[in-house]
Amino acid sequence: MGAAIIVIVIVVLIVLVFVAGYNGLVRLRNRIDSAWSQIGVQLERRHDLIPNLIETVKGYAAHEKSTLEGVVEARNAAIQAKGAGPEQQAQAENMLTGALKSLFALAEAYPDLKANQSFLALQEELTSTEDRIAYARQFYNDSVMKYDNKIQSIPSNIIAGMFGFKSREYFQAEQGATEVPKVEF
Amino acid sequence: MYDQIAANKRKTFVLIAGFVLLLFLVGGAFDLLFSGGVVGIVIVALIVIASSIVSYYNSDKAALAICHAKPADPHQYARLYNLVEGLCIASGLPKPRLYIIDDPAPNAFSTGRNPKHAAVAVTTGLLEKMNRIELEAVLAHELSHIRNYDILVMTLTVTMVGMIALLSDSLLRFRFFSARHAGPSTNDRNANDRHDSDRNDPIGIVLSAFGFVLLVFAPIIAYLTQFAVSRKREYLADASGVQLTRYPPGLISALEKLKGDHAAIDSASKATAHLWIEEPLDKETNRGYTRLNHFFDTHPPLDDRIRALQAM
Repeated sequence: MGAAIIVIVIVVLIVLVFVAGYNGLVRLRNRIDSAWSQIGVQLERRHDLIPNLIETVKGYAAHEKSTLEGVVEARNAAIQAKGAGPEQQAQAENMLTGALKSLFALAEAYPDLKANQSFLALQEELTSTEDRIAYARQFYNDSVMKYDNKIQSIPSNIIAGMFGFKSREYFQAEQGATEVPKVEF
Repeated sequence: MYDQIAANKRKTFVLIAGFVLLLFLVGGAFDLLFSGGVVGIVIVALIVIASSIVSYYNSDKAALAICHAKPADPHQYARLYNLVEGLCIASGLPKPRLYIIDDPAPNAFSTGRNPKHAAVAVTTGLLEKMNRIELEAVLAHELSHIRNYDILVMTLTVTMVGMIALLSDSLLRFRFFSARHAGPSTNDRNANDRHDSDRNDPIGIVLSAFGFVLLVFAPIIAYLTQFAVSRKREYLADASGVQLTRYPPGLISALEKLKGDHAAIDSASKATAHLWIEEPLDKETNRGYTRLNHFFDTHPPLDDRIRALQAM
């Protein structure tokens, strides 16, 4: 009688460990997915801020056509790249980042523009949106790391193997992204 | 950075374990020296626990009211809201409520029993004196306090200190009370016999003496441990904050600026001192501020914190 009870207790404990492990893996996997869409949300936000920025700058620096058009084109390309897959999307977004950098560098030459409250507010919003994109990517990578740790450690690697939890890819900086963009006036 | 986080968590655990051990020792001394009639102690202990629970749940309201903090207007303080939102994305925390304290001394604190009910307050002095990167580093430190449930840790610590101080105090009182009772005022021969045999028991005397010493020093040891825990949590918040921003120079620069600024916060008091990013009470006017006083600091010295950050 005593031996049967011990066996039952052990079986129950093992089941509980498995359930807890499985649920933990599910939670981490969902966090990765949520983090990925968070990146998308911030990228969207940046797209939405740009038309206002273009209009404000046009009021003071209308003849800087090439830079302004560059930003508009990059924005449109980024919006289109949304359906094309993460790599193309990341590339398009990096191009947009470069175009925006050129635009803000350009604004340094126009003191009236720099003093304009709307411009300053937009600059603040865009800077913090860039930060948020970076943080969202960081959070995504952190989530992937926690998830990878879990599926590779004992005992959760057993559960991961049994239920098909696969490793996820990190968000990598693009080749061009680590180069400093050239600013030409 | 990860090493420092793990080390600080370990040290907190060790300190709190030490606390619990101290509590057991005092409780043991209690049993040894005074058996029976514990009802009064239990009642007061329950009051200590109840008051800790109440204060824990209202910690954010109390702390904000003491400092005259006002809710921050999202349009006026857009940068503050933007920085906090970015850090919340990086940490996965829900956004805390933001408050402003009108004070020229640069400082900030965070409060709230868990991330869902959290609040962060900054002084106008901090907003003026820090640039964007430094402000972000300070906010990351404050959010890390929330993330690491430091309010809970400190409440537990303070409650245990209260219990130890309470037990020690009542034990000392009861000792004197029972010693008086067993003295010559009683005519009962049995009591006198017991008294004589106690006096002749060397181990009993040693234990009693040890218990007595423990009782006298337990509150002091408890307070020192509480401040040590507070300091460790500050180091942990520094390291966790840098884990969010991935940029130690930001916080180093902010702490350097705080070092150079000697103004004290108007509305700070000993009760809220542990919540701020930097020791808010003015240390400059404290004549004869010796090394011993440092054991009572709620925050580690800024130089040590900077050195720990530079080692990352």
